[in-house]
Amino acid sequence: MKSFSEIDTIAKRASKAVGFSWGIAEEVGKNIKLLEMFGLPGLKYLNHYFYSGQLNKNQRLTLISTKNISKIPYCPIFSGISFFDQINELENLKNIQIENMSYPLLFLPFLSRASEVIGKKISFKFESNNFLLNFNQSIYSNFINKDILKLANLIEIEFIENINTFNQQDWDNLYKLSTKTFVDESDELKKSAAGAGLTDND
Amino acid sequence: MNINLRDPKKIMKLSKLGCFHQSKLSFLRSFLKEFKDWKYNRDLFNLDIDGYGVAVYSFSKNKRIYSLICFANKIDDDERSDRVIATKWDAAFTLYDGIPSKKDLDRLSNNVPKQEVGRMSYKELTLSRANKSMRIFNHVVECLANGKQPDKEKLAEVGYLYRTTAVYGSGKFGLADRFRVKNRNEIFGPFRLEMMLVYLVRQFTFDQVNHIAKSRNPRGAKELDHDICRNLGIGNSTGLGMAPFIVNHPTLLNNWIEARESVLKKIREIKNVDKKSIDIFKKCLKKSLKNVFSWSSNSEFQKTKITNLIKDLNKFIKFFEESSVFDKEFAFNEVYLWAEKNLNDECIEYIVSMMMEPYDEIVDQYIYKMSSDEERYFNIPTTRTIDHLRKIIEERYSDMLKIDFSKKESNKNFWFISKNKEEPRLANRYLDNGSELEQPLAIARDISKLYKRISNLKNSLKIGRFLIENNDLRHVVRRAFITEKFPYAEIQDNTIGSNLMAIDMLRLKLSYFGAVKFDPRSDKWLRICMFQGAPLPNDLKSFDEYWVYNSLN
Repeated sequence: MKSFSEIDTIAKRASKAVGFSWGIAEEVGKNIKLLEMFGLPGLKYLNHYFYSGQLNKNQRLTLISTKNISKIPYCPIFSGISFFDQINELENLKNIQIENMSYPLLFLPFLSRASEVIGKKISFKFESNNFLLNFNQSIYSNFINKDILKLANLIEIEFIENINTFNQQDWDNLYKLSTKTFVDESDELKKSAAGAGLTDND
Repeated sequence: MNINLRDPKKIMKLSKLGCFHQSKLSFLRSFLKEFKDWKYNRDLFNLDIDGYGVAVYSFSKNKRIYSLICFANKIDDDERSDRVIATKWDAAFTLYDGIPSKKDLDRLSNNVPKQEVGRMSYKELTLSRANKSMRIFNHVVECLANGKQPDKEKLAEVGYLYRTTAVYGSGKFGLADRFRVKNRNEIFGPFRLEMMLVYLVRQFTFDQVNHIAKSRNPRGAKELDHDICRNLGIGNSTGLGMAPFIVNHPTLLNNWIEARESVLKKIREIKNVDKKSIDIFKKCLKKSLKNVFSWSSNSEFQKTKITNLIKDLNKFIKFFEESSVFDKEFAFNEVYLWAEKNLNDECIEYIVSMMMEPYDEIVDQYIYKMSSDEERYFNIPTTRTIDHLRKIIEERYSDMLKIDFSKKESNKNFWFISKNKEEPRLANRYLDNGSELEQPLAIARDISKLYKRISNLKNSLKIGRFLIENNDLRHVVRRAFITEKFPYAEIQDNTIGSNLMAIDMLRLKLSYFGAVKFDPRSDKWLRICMFQGAPLPNDLKSFDEYWVYNSLN
């Protein structure tokens, strides 16, 4: 088995070799390691992308807007770098659509890291694949053991507001149960508790 | 009194860093301290009469066990090479996480001796190999087999039976990634597992000579004398592979240097230095002279350094014996200021190391600050502005900006990864091929380029926007923002200039390991010694923590 450190190094060097700057290559190294740590086939995708000949045919997505349309596929690495670098501006857009992206899985780690930066979960969808990126701590997904997807016709990104997954009723019910671990305090003990008998206006 | 930390622009010059010496902060010393109450055991020793076979040693405490697995192999003299291009070694080692099973030993016996071309697993933590110092090894075996102890003077010339030629860790060749073990308290400090491997290898070298001698002469052979063992260390040949490490790990470098600088500051701020501390300082200094006098090298560069060090140390001893410096308040500050005014860097840094000796209570709190969670600082803060970046560069990199990179000599070298061994190397940009594949280690040049590039840009421009068209300099934008937080993260020199002494980079790192007897064999590689004078594993529980100055050699 290859270690994550080896994966990081080889992905970084390979990225430099195909023409990315060292700074971007460093990002790719970290990203592929991240994908592999999450159990996603990052190295396989990168290898396939670099040998597919698509890299030089893809275009860069620099300034990202709500709808990004192009007949020429976008490069997932340059697009990811732009997304990550602009994340603080992009989160205000709520939803982003990108048409035509090569090897969309390689775009994902930039989103995962961005989720950590802005402190919001991000939903990422392409074709029938859904990913919920949780602050770069975990990824919830239905993407399992699939063939390499060379092109996503449409990518949908949604910034999820920090809201709970449950309603007030769920909370109240559980709280009620939790109070069963509490003990009634005697009057005597109440008197000796912190601040008891004194005004707190001093 | 508030003493300022020393200025990174002075301390982080390569000529200064190349004068650093081992100290109480050094990893092999802190490793021994941390493991002194661990149980040591030789679990397996299955060598044939010539000393070839397998051995296993372990350190254990509670439920944690680390096992060193040694494979001693027969090689021909013409196959023995310390260079990284070697493919066979006298012995090969791995540190295993737990107790290896028979199956593990079989698997590892097929891989560990192959080193870089073998495959390790996440159960192995570090990997190394070593060659015998043939003249010493044979001499020791011969003497012991004849019922005599070896010639101490002969041993002193070398100081070890074996020298390692590489120690790998952190995920190399399939070894366990750092993240798997980073939360273990006992190995929180940097390079603890590498130190453990080297320390246990040292014991193996003693057991092996005893075993061969006994096999040759079962009735008459002697065991290597305990004190002689203690005064033998493990040698190491180190080349350029180590140099880029300190550039590639800026926050870690910062934490090492900052620990040393903070300890020095605190010691200089002590108002009343007690007699006990003065005595320890003087005792260590005087005892250490023996090590300096026994330090030999054929390198003119190093010989000059040693001569100057001895000259300066004599000057310093005369100073503190004739002056009343230790009667004054803030005595160590006075000592430091005098040293800075009157001595060369080699001796100043030597004295700084010595000043730490009496102060466990200061040093210990910094030992635990010498690791780094590097990933935390990887992301570039893209909402910051060009104004911020410019100010950081002007403040942190002002000396680098003075280097004229339009001159040929400022660009003479380039760092690359060798195709043969995938190891870092240095070459001449104007004579050698491959500069287009240069590694991103020319920080001064690239920072200068970045500074020029942003010179006419609007202060309010966000870094995220700047990077859209300037990703070729992304690596140094990242570094600048790291250096903003970590003032000692950057070598304040030109790492590709014609005056570069790469050996200074090696010396810096090795001083933090705790190496002694730096012996440069060229400006690109050197030999050193580790653990010379250190207690043997069975003596760890009650060892003298100033052991490093007790060497008889």
